[in-house]
Amino acid sequence: MAIDSLVLGAGQEVGKSCVIVTINGKRIMFDCGMHMGHLDHRRYPDFSLIGPNFDQSLTCIVITHFHLDHIGALPYFTEVCGYSGPIYMTYPTKALAPLMLEDYRKVMVERRGEEEQFTSEHIVECMKKVIPVDLKQTVQVDKDLQIRAYYAGHVLGAAMIYAKVGDAAMVYTGDYNMTPDRHLGAAQIDRLNLDLVITESTYATTIRDSKYAREREFLRAVHTCVAGGGKVLIPSFALGRAQELCILLEDYWGRMNLKVPIYFSAGLTRQANMYYKMLISWTSQKVKETHSTHNAFDFKNVHKFDRSMIDAPGPCVLFATPGMISGGFSLEVFKHWAPSETNLVTMPGYCVAGTIGHKLMSGKPTKIDLDKDTRIDVRCQIHQLTFSPHTDAKGIMDLVKFLSPKHVILVHGEKPRMATLKGRIQSELGIPCYYPANNETVSIPSTHYATAVASDAFVRSCSNPNFKFSTSSWEDEHGSTSRNKNFIPRLQVTDDRVAQGILVMEKNKKAKVVHQDELPLMLGEEKHQVKFAYCCPAHIGNLQENQETESSGLSLSSTNDDLLQLLSAKLANEFSEGSLHDFGEHLQVESFHVSICLKENCPYRLRDVGVEEKSEAVFFCCSWEVEDEKLAWKIISMC
Amino acid sequence: MKFKASSLDEEDPKCSNRSGPFDLEEPLVRKRKKVERPLDANDLIYAEPWYKTVKNLHLWNTSFIDVVLISSPMGMLGLPFLTRIKGFSAKIYVTEATARLGQLMMEDLVSMHMEIRQLFGPQESCFPHWMKWEELKLLPCSLRDVALGKDGGELGGWMPLYSAADVKDCLQKVQRLKYAEETCYSALIIKAFSSGLDIGTCNWTINGPKGRIAFISSSIFVSAHAMNFDYIGLQGNDTIIYSDFSFLNATEDIEKDHNNFFPTTHDFSCPRNAENDGQELAKSLLHVDDNMEETQKLAFLSSHVIDSVKVGGSVLIPISRLGIVLQLLEQISASLDVSALKVPIYIISSVAEELLAFTNIIPEWLCKQRQEKLFSGQPLFGHVELINEEKLHVFPAIHSPKLLMNWQEPCIVFCPHWSLRLGPAVHFLQRWCGDQNSLLILENELDVELALLPFKPMAMKVLQCSFLSGIRLQKVQPLLNILQPKVVLFPKELKLINSSKSTAFSIFHYCIDETLHIPSLKDKSELEIATDLTFHFDWRNLKQGNISMTRLKGELLREHGKLRLISGNVQQSSEIRQLVHWGSPDLERLLTVLSSRGIKGTLRKAISGSESENASVVLVNDPSQALIEVKEMNTVITATDENLASIIFEAIGSILDGI
Repeated sequence: MAIDSLVLGAGQEVGKSCVIVTINGKRIMFDCGMHMGHLDHRRYPDFSLIGPNFDQSLTCIVITHFHLDHIGALPYFTEVCGYSGPIYMTYPTKALAPLMLEDYRKVMVERRGEEEQFTSEHIVECMKKVIPVDLKQTVQVDKDLQIRAYYAGHVLGAAMIYAKVGDAAMVYTGDYNMTPDRHLGAAQIDRLNLDLVITESTYATTIRDSKYAREREFLRAVHTCVAGGGKVLIPSFALGRAQELCILLEDYWGRMNLKVPIYFSAGLTRQANMYYKMLISWTSQKVKETHSTHNAFDFKNVHKFDRSMIDAPGPCVLFATPGMISGGFSLEVFKHWAPSETNLVTMPGYCVAGTIGHKLMSGKPTKIDLDKDTRIDVRCQIHQLTFSPHTDAKGIMDLVKFLSPKHVILVHGEKPRMATLKGRIQSELGIPCYYPANNETVSIPSTHYATAVASDAFVRSCSNPNFKFSTSSWEDEHGSTSRNKNFIPRLQVTDDRVAQGILVMEKNKKAKVVHQDELPLMLGEEKHQVKFAYCCPAHIGNLQENQETESSGLSLSSTNDDLLQLLSAKLANEFSEGSLHDFGEHLQVESFHVSICLKENCPYRLRDVGVEEKSEAVFFCCSWEVEDEKLAWKIISMC
Repeated sequence: MKFKASSLDEEDPKCSNRSGPFDLEEPLVRKRKKVERPLDANDLIYAEPWYKTVKNLHLWNTSFIDVVLISSPMGMLGLPFLTRIKGFSAKIYVTEATARLGQLMMEDLVSMHMEIRQLFGPQESCFPHWMKWEELKLLPCSLRDVALGKDGGELGGWMPLYSAADVKDCLQKVQRLKYAEETCYSALIIKAFSSGLDIGTCNWTINGPKGRIAFISSSIFVSAHAMNFDYIGLQGNDTIIYSDFSFLNATEDIEKDHNNFFPTTHDFSCPRNAENDGQELAKSLLHVDDNMEETQKLAFLSSHVIDSVKVGGSVLIPISRLGIVLQLLEQISASLDVSALKVPIYIISSVAEELLAFTNIIPEWLCKQRQEKLFSGQPLFGHVELINEEKLHVFPAIHSPKLLMNWQEPCIVFCPHWSLRLGPAVHFLQRWCGDQNSLLILENELDVELALLPFKPMAMKVLQCSFLSGIRLQKVQPLLNILQPKVVLFPKELKLINSSKSTAFSIFHYCIDETLHIPSLKDKSELEIATDLTFHFDWRNLKQGNISMTRLKGELLREHGKLRLISGNVQQSSEIRQLVHWGSPDLERLLTVLSSRGIKGTLRKAISGSESENASVVLVNDPSQALIEVKEMNTVITATDENLASIIFEAIGSILDGI
């Protein structure tokens, strides 16, 4: 059996995240994103590769978070393409996604005058099909498929998705952040037994330093600007970054006792704050703890901005959408504010090529041609925000190492960096790693288990301690045993519990696992014990050597007991105290049992030539079971 | 596995007790005369209230409890009594929402006690005056029953309230769970599903290698505030512990329900055949009417509230159920708006602010309609806007300076405590009890006579209302049809099912302080064997035919309630020897097998007089000396040479069955 991952988007690129994973007959679509950099058919994943009938081909869709490159194609897929199966996302994602989608739709249609891809109605209808899930809630999609969301920290409600079908399990990370920020906690996941992890790799090779230094930099730039009477434009997505920066500014404003107004552009973001207030349990621990006395999203210094205030005198800070100044209100404000050098524009970490944001970030242009009639003089300061809610390379490595899956697939990154990261994952963690391009399928084998019924005796025997006592000298299998007589062997105790049992298959019955002692009874048979016994002649000579070295006074007529004690002493050199038991009359090592034979005609004495001649020979009567065959013969060789 | 059905049952009375209204400080009464007469306020004991919790808690060795499951905030109020016992080390599982609400309720209770202590002075010794036998003897019967219990054995169950430190300590021991989050205890997987009673309340599933158990606490199918009873999540469990005790307080005619319990058109005994039809029918049955009726009750209460304030009376609502309070708040404010009345609403409690703030941030535990509010960007409950519009005022205590400045009558006050012995409610009752225009709204479970005794004579109107607090009896059967358990455990008091009818499941009844042993449904555990282990299998077909077997060696893992055998670090021995044999050896065949392996032996009887009597012996001379002693039940191999011994062992193995 295998897990097949068909990458429909975000393969060796950032944008339109969409992966179809087939596990044991279940097909899950992870994310259904849109590419912001394309305006033709490439903006959507190629859904035709899924198969003719989406409802039959897909078991469900899971969306990790509300960013357009993860959810942008969903209304199109459900309302235009006609998918009507279940869709899962977290509560915040379900709440906030429509805002993002509607914002995008407006910008596209009303400002850019493009043909409508989906309507407001479509967005509403699409969201009705969404089943919201809580973190860690184990959702039984159908009899076999189980999914669960884990905290990803990237934006409010972002989740990593665990999916399990039968014995095969995987995690799709979506975008995540391994370090907590102002308003969100760090990604958190259980140690799971996984066949596959599909992870984002935006910063596949970047290691980032402390965020606080960069936050300070941002605050200083803003403060300097407003102190000089300038206006600060912060183009941002309605959700996520705006709230994070706003918490940062609120806090700073409070500490520095600043009175300069902070504005949110009309409607959207302020409404978003309402959502954030209700979804506060999805934010960071610190924000959560203080919510009842002061909800961190109740921004005291934030006011609503009106278009008429664009040219009003005096300093201010304005959050405006869209984030990349690709049109809309942020562009309108930019046109007015850019020509003044006292003003400041802060840009988010990532801008799609072709947008003004991208132009501002890739160099310091003095003029920007908006279209053939409009040219903007750019004299304002440009500050680039360098903190991003994505994990860095160390975070990715940490997560992969923590989860230790059998395979890793990289998506949502740039090809050359992904290649480097793949190399690291394979060499440092020893995990096979892939980074397929769009529309490629990666197939990996998955674990399977056969089920059987286990008897109590078997289960009990597995939890029995299995102590092995050994001395360091016994340990050494290469025969370089220390010859130093004063060598004090160190006792080592190990407890490697090995489950041993018998798997029994009977026609038309469920496979059973039993303990070996249960077997005869189960079959209705009598147990027949097969043992070994050997009454071997004591090689007194061997022992005498020892006698002479240790106590020279002993004569041949030493008692039988003494002989046994001598053997015991000799064995004690070989075996640790733990495994050698001296019962006076006999010695025992594991099942091996030895005593001085007092019988004249022991049935286990073999009349070999040579032994018979010695009339006064002493015999060691030994018996053992097959498990200790090797050990037995070793001891006999010492007798 | 200690946490089997039996130990759960032992837990059970505990849970049920906690989920019910906890046995609160029943006011004790001092009797002056021997004659039975109606109680009056002078009979009451004026002292700091004490509490009763689980009967015989002191008889329990708490260190033997492995797991405690808390199903509701109310069911948590007794928890500090348990967690503060020395030796208590159990895992406590609570939903996040219950933990938070329970914490607030406990903190509120503690703070109300602080206040009452100022009234009655510091705590008496551990043995208060009223507990003295001479005092108890003087009590009227009805109150003596309260103090001593019906059988007189409950006096020892009284306890003073825990401290703030006990509460803090208790909460530190609690493990918080998300909705349907899987948590593992030993080999058990425990999950909480909403029960619909109130925000955060839940039912449980306990899933282990030996079977699956569902624990059903007081549940409501359709709620107007909390997430509905998620009975679908409880499907697929073999055993159901039914612990909804709301039927004890139900006002409906139980007898009538009983008759309705077996609709003739839909028989209990054969739901499995017409599974789908049956289930659809059952589901539709479960969803009828609950919500409608509750809405009507709220509307009814609200109209009385309006009537009272219209004539200048104030309204006191000391109701404890959070969901009811939140809905009533919305209902009343809407009615006020309709009647164009400007009457302030106050909520007064030390935790009110936090409580209200919390209710607005847990959409995950609310009903669908409330979740829709989240998705459309509106506050989850009406109180957010009421506070913004200054129609609702929230104060921590009656002596808050802001309250004094803001105070206005007539007004509507929500405040604790429902017992009317603690908290701001006492003050307001004293203030308004003589006003015939004022209104007091109580829950039905309360003994009104007793509760109002200190405030008599009462001119104030009293409205008592019973809210749905669990599964209606006529819904038990359709529910079980859907859940399809094999075993159901009912409380002793709930003898619903006619024993003459055969049911698809077996029924047991449990009762307080008794351990019920449920036959295990699975005596064997499921074991999952990693497929890579199969490469090492060496199958052996038995002579009996149809049976084949192999030795199995690996590392046993217990994870997520499953037993798994994986290859791990275990060394698979290349040399496979049979370790167990059965059957009886055929000596002739043995000789044949031996000679085929180049070993020559002769058969002879054992030396008489020796131990090995009744034994046959095979003597081997070639390649070297060896001896095989064969008896009915065992065989002994003797050889001077390791190799030869080993070959003989194999030969014997081949004529016996073994592995």
